[in-house]
Amino acid sequence: MAAEIPPLVFMRGITKRFLGVKANDAIDFDVRPGEVHTLLGENGAGKSTLMNVLCGLYKPDGGEIEIEGELRRFRTPRDAIAAGIGMVHQHFMLVPAQTVWENMVLGLDALPQVLPRKDIVRRIEEISERYALRVDPLAPVWQLSIGEQQRVAILKALYRQARILVLDEPTAVLIPQEIQSLFATIRQMRGEGHGIVFISHKLDEVLAVSDRISILRKGKKIGTFAAVGVTKEKLAEMMVGRQVFFNGAPPTTERGPVFLAVRDLVVRGERGNIAVQGVSLELRQKEIFGLAGVAGNGQLELCEAMVGLRGSESGDVLVQGREMGNASPRAFLDRGVAYIPEDRKGTGLVPSMNIRENVVLRKYWKKPFARGRWFIDWEVAAGHTGRLVERFGVITPGLGIPIRALSGGNLQKLMLARELSDNPKAIIAVQPTWGLDVGATEYVRERLLEQRDRGAAVFLVSEDLEELLALSDRLAVIHQGRIMGITKNPRALSEEDLGLLMAGTSLEDVLRGREERGDAPLPGPLRDPGTFFAGDGAAQKKAFRAEGGEGRTPWA
Amino acid sequence: MEMLVPILAAAVRSGTPILYATLGEILTERSGILNLGLEGLMLVGAFTGFSVASGTGNAWLGIAAAFLSGCLLALVHAFLCITGRANQVVSGLALTMFGTGLSSLLGRGFIGETILGIGGMTIPLLSEIPVLGPTFFDQDPLVYLSYGLAVFLTWFLWSTRAGLALRAVGDAPRVVDAMGLSSTRLRYLYTVIGGGIVAVGGAYMSVVYTKMWGDLMTAGRGWIAVALVIFAIWHPLRAVGGAYLFGGVGALQLRIQAAGTSIPAPLLLMLPYVFTIFVLFVISVRKGKGILLGAPASLGQPYHREERD
Repeated sequence: MAAEIPPLVFMRGITKRFLGVKANDAIDFDVRPGEVHTLLGENGAGKSTLMNVLCGLYKPDGGEIEIEGELRRFRTPRDAIAAGIGMVHQHFMLVPAQTVWENMVLGLDALPQVLPRKDIVRRIEEISERYALRVDPLAPVWQLSIGEQQRVAILKALYRQARILVLDEPTAVLIPQEIQSLFATIRQMRGEGHGIVFISHKLDEVLAVSDRISILRKGKKIGTFAAVGVTKEKLAEMMVGRQVFFNGAPPTTERGPVFLAVRDLVVRGERGNIAVQGVSLELRQKEIFGLAGVAGNGQLELCEAMVGLRGSESGDVLVQGREMGNASPRAFLDRGVAYIPEDRKGTGLVPSMNIRENVVLRKYWKKPFARGRWFIDWEVAAGHTGRLVERFGVITPGLGIPIRALSGGNLQKLMLARELSDNPKAIIAVQPTWGLDVGATEYVRERLLEQRDRGAAVFLVSEDLEELLALSDRLAVIHQGRIMGITKNPRALSEEDLGLLMAGTSLEDVLRGREERGDAPLPGPLRDPGTFFAGDGAAQKKAFRAEGGEGRTPWA
Repeated sequence: MEMLVPILAAAVRSGTPILYATLGEILTERSGILNLGLEGLMLVGAFTGFSVASGTGNAWLGIAAAFLSGCLLALVHAFLCITGRANQVVSGLALTMFGTGLSSLLGRGFIGETILGIGGMTIPLLSEIPVLGPTFFDQDPLVYLSYGLAVFLTWFLWSTRAGLALRAVGDAPRVVDAMGLSSTRLRYLYTVIGGGIVAVGGAYMSVVYTKMWGDLMTAGRGWIAVALVIFAIWHPLRAVGGAYLFGGVGALQLRIQAAGTSIPAPLLLMLPYVFTIFVLFVISVRKGKGILLGAPASLGQPYHREERD
């Protein structure tokens, strides 16, 4: 063993506590030049904390960091950047209001005080050419798609001549095609001798891209393995600490009547833009209707309109055939529509109120919780809450504590307890497993399937294609507020096909592409034009006019 | 046209204190700190400027002292809001009350006194341009300084490295920290300098405009400036137009009174404030187009680097 090259990074015995909880407990981690070293673990296992220590954002309570064999102490991110560490955070760390080139040079000392814009733009173009990371340096970041923003974040690290790149859950927000091009970029950087830390909890991706894999669980390192020769099942078991089964749910055999329908719905978003552009769909009882799409394509606005939280510009929502107009959320609730919103601590629950109060929030005016016209019967409420907490397995020190003290999984269980306990006829669930660990995710999925089998119409909005393909009986894809297509047979579609639809490729082009590639023709029901159809043309035309569009509609 | 010139010139002059206050607050708010203490800062600036000018006989020294007094008071706000992560609205309101009371208390002995102050300075050639000349270039040095300041701040914000960091910290302090700068240091810096500039606006009232000290002499101009920052969408050059618009409403109101009308004087005096409410109303109705993009995204929100979000 002569003259071994020292690793680019060597983190030794890193410990970091938050309010007494050990988020990292004596973790060793190293990255060699020209390798992809994956950090695998569930949410809350301590992956991001470890990387925030590496990039100088957190000060470790114990342990040391060596860069190319040299002991370093990072007091601020500046030190880490100077040592060649480039972090691509999960939330990218970009200033949305500023342009790409401005984001690129923020905080760079090597530049003159008056910024040489032309030189910067040229340099960005050089690097983006070399790594095939296409972006417009003059575009403001908020106008870019999520995939483009990620390219900017990677470029930013390369612009700073980072030798070690940390990619924190880079695939969570990408469509399959974008993931492939990200992997190509990662392989190129690896080939040039960069060290890459890849963070993820998606096992297929991890196996596809890694050289070595380190597994974290509850703040501790379980071990480090070569990617060759490990199986998905083995990794999952080490990550979760028990055996996990990868099985999709059996699809429903019989679908019930239409319960909730949306007709030519046009809804405005927060910024006054038209977020939902003439959507029509029907939710039937005894089915899970999935909606795939990249975040911010109108899903949220559509769901809010479907439960009465957001008024519509035109079109209508019908519950059991009855037009709801712009009825209040309570009117929807009274007709049996439950809502599981994306932000549990905002729209869903009130963080400063206790469990009891949060549970009765959706029905305190009704018997038996109402006592007379003005009061609430807290004893009845407590009894009811106690039963729910037990039935749904919410772990809590007491019913009187503010719910902000609960973990994400327990919050979601509480949400489900409140929304599902009255046997709703329709459930609108937005990203119900987002940010949950494997156990809680399994639990939530089981509850949704249970509700479907009981006869409820479930509308499931998710960015997790795996989840949608596993649970949905029917699946629609939304892009820029328009339905790109609806299929009765989601499992026949590949993730790539869905990715193209999510990126805005028309259904015709996707089908043509399949033929050209010589893929197997889509099976049975998909060929039937009645079951896989593009969104309603007339409604889209109307939305186009409402937006001020003139002449021929581009998609007609 | 000839008749209009005195009104336009008066609009610029009475708009100048508002302009300083607005520019100072734009600087502060661009860093993400909301300072509602403008009225207090202006009053303290007006008093400090006047008393130092009166004591030393040097009006420029008065302006400099006013700047420092504003910095000092804004430092209190910065400490409470950045280090103490206090509610910025409450801290700002407290600052207004404190500044109002302090200037009233200390200023009692100066009531009725007058100083030479800073006189006019006509700029040759430029002042001979018809209408524009007498409006903009037959003024005093501090008016010219305010033009320079607005242009400088615009250049600073969009052309320099430091300006880039300032805009970034108001939008995304976490990003700024991740990029190796200190959000805390930047916020302190611009809150303090911004406060100084606001106080110069107050000093302009006492040292240049009226050349005397009067209790509560800023009469709500600080609040107008708070509204103007929104009106200007946090842009220094748009603040110039806005400040003169408000200055013009004030100047016009005086002319109408002087011309003698049947409209009661208190109603006319209300004009600038009614106009402020009107402008804010129009902006909030039109909200969603440019406004949301101009506002620093993290304005008013306390931030701590190691807090998990």
